[in-house]
Amino acid sequence: MTEDTLPTRRQLFEMIGKAGGAIAMYQAMTVLGHAAETQFKGPPMLSGARKGASVLVLGAGLAGMVAAYELRKAGYKVQILEYQDRPGGRNYSVRGGDKIVEVGGATQTCQFAPGNYLNPGPWRIPHHHRTLLHYCKQFGVELEPFIQLNHNAFVHNSKAFGGKPQRYKELAVDFKGHVAELLGKSLNTGALDDKVTAEDKARLLEALREWGLLDKNMAYAASLRVSGQRGYDRAPGGGVGGAPTPSAINGLPDLLDSHVWTQMNFYFGYVMQTTMFQPKGGMDMIGKGFAKQVGDLITYNARVVKLAQNGKGVTATWEDTRTGATATASADWCVCTIPPPVLSQLELQAGDKLKAAIRAVPFSPQCKIGLEMKSRFWEENYSIYGGHSFTDQTIGLISYPNDKMHQDGPAVLLGAFANEANGLILAGMTPEQRIETALQQGAVFHPAEYRSEFLNGVAVSWPRMPWILGCTSRWTDENRAAHYQNLVALDGRIVLAGEHASYYGGWMEGSLLSGIDAITRIHQRALAA
Amino acid sequence: MIRASKAAFISSAVAAFLAAAAGDAQDAPGSGPTSVAVSDEGRKIYEQICQACHLADAKGGGGAGAVIPALAGNRNLEDPKFMIEVLMKGRGGMPWFNDILTPSQMAAVINYVRTHFNQFKGTVGEADVAAFAAAAGKPDRAECVTCE
Repeated sequence: MTEDTLPTRRQLFEMIGKAGGAIAMYQAMTVLGHAAETQFKGPPMLSGARKGASVLVLGAGLAGMVAAYELRKAGYKVQILEYQDRPGGRNYSVRGGDKIVEVGGATQTCQFAPGNYLNPGPWRIPHHHRTLLHYCKQFGVELEPFIQLNHNAFVHNSKAFGGKPQRYKELAVDFKGHVAELLGKSLNTGALDDKVTAEDKARLLEALREWGLLDKNMAYAASLRVSGQRGYDRAPGGGVGGAPTPSAINGLPDLLDSHVWTQMNFYFGYVMQTTMFQPKGGMDMIGKGFAKQVGDLITYNARVVKLAQNGKGVTATWEDTRTGATATASADWCVCTIPPPVLSQLELQAGDKLKAAIRAVPFSPQCKIGLEMKSRFWEENYSIYGGHSFTDQTIGLISYPNDKMHQDGPAVLLGAFANEANGLILAGMTPEQRIETALQQGAVFHPAEYRSEFLNGVAVSWPRMPWILGCTSRWTDENRAAHYQNLVALDGRIVLAGEHASYYGGWMEGSLLSGIDAITRIHQRALAA
Repeated sequence: MIRASKAAFISSAVAAFLAAAAGDAQDAPGSGPTSVAVSDEGRKIYEQICQACHLADAKGGGGAGAVIPALAGNRNLEDPKFMIEVLMKGRGGMPWFNDILTPSQMAAVINYVRTHFNQFKGTVGEADVAAFAAAAGKPDRAECVTCE
């Protein structure tokens, strides 16, 4: 066959799709080694809603907005009530002039220069989060690469190397080399002869020699070959003094102190692998993209105080947070995306199982801090372009901006991404104390510049955000077994949606998949009723 | 004996952490084990951990419909077992703390909250917390490998 008669893979998928629908296409793609990484089967393609059928959506985050968007397309009359004065929920960016008021009253006004921002919630998108990528493309939300793995960023452990940060590439290459050498020794002493065949032993020794950069004696030692991965003492140059010199390697005990395998493993994580993305101009471009489609359905500043239902429909009682006036909104069905820490405090007419499930999902205390610096000193002085420098201190890491590289003018570093006890420690501080802590600890990476280049900062501690009281849902295997199916089940005419109603806790993909699943079930029930 | 029970508690928590790896994969810093130590002293534990939500004066906060309960003057706390249970199992939006605090630290902060922000009598010890953990049977609390 010639090229013009043989269908391309894409054409083949399209033909299968036309003949057998989306599910057949998905199955065919899976067989051919594509798309197995997601449960997304394309947008839900609902249609044929009964005339006049209506759905009330509570919350204009991603789960609520995808539900509203697809339900309206299917023919439903949709209304969204949103507590805040903006769409997006945790899909949120903070820019100059934005005000953040915390539980307890602490107030910050962000002073970033125009164009700069902090993404306090979601900030990176895995390449396999196909639902989110689908809607971004459909709604014209421009994505750019998020630099995840940067070999030239730092790893700092206060108990390793006298507390001096080391470049990731040096630690990772040395760790790999030492492990390869030791395994090689073990093989050569015959310690593993009952585990591998003689043939595999020979092949494994060869693999270790190549992978670990071992010398002819199967030793990991400083050399130009090793420097070809971990970096040189004097880098290759031109002309008379062009010859490079090798760098010294670190010893195994120091590497064990550094815990560098944590980072090596982190980058292997399914949701952490390159390629990752971010929206150009701030994460909230996604929420704004959805709001362009469904903004006309949203009532802002609406605090739901009660959600009641009977055999015919649902009624939400809500208060206008600006005027204090109360009103009601009724519909045949309700998609409720109010996060559990708030939903559990609401007067909700639902079964005991659902109520117990809502109470069983606590939220985690992440904190993110944005530090605006006068210049991109990490680029100019350290050759660091995007990516993360990790630390065992409270701040967890600092992360470098992924956009506008090589430009002049102020830029915003992520000065902390803390969770668990570290997130709580930062939340318990005043915003000023958090920023001071971030400066003090982050200076370990860039001591000469961190203070002198600092302009201003903003700290978002999620347990103190009055509209949610936490960052993301936390499930245990035990709680999932007891409550998850009850949480996602249709309770009369109410169904919950959001990242908490997914196996992708804390990811926008989970919110969208949950929203799509919830409305698919409502639609089926509505047609059957 | 005290040391043994603490070690057993921690090792079972670590085992749960490793065992519960499969399901969730939240976004996480990826920084590895932290060097930040939570204090052993009740007041400091309150400042490091509890005041994140309950605030420095333990009076709680938040607006209508999204309230963080006060610990100061809270009659529920008269029963220390209630506090042990909340710390071990979580309650509503508040997570469990058996992956952040040891039984000894839980006892210390329970005693601090019950006496400093309230005037309740009696104290609890590490053994009381450990006994609750043993009765509950499992600290199956950690959730995923990426949540370091």
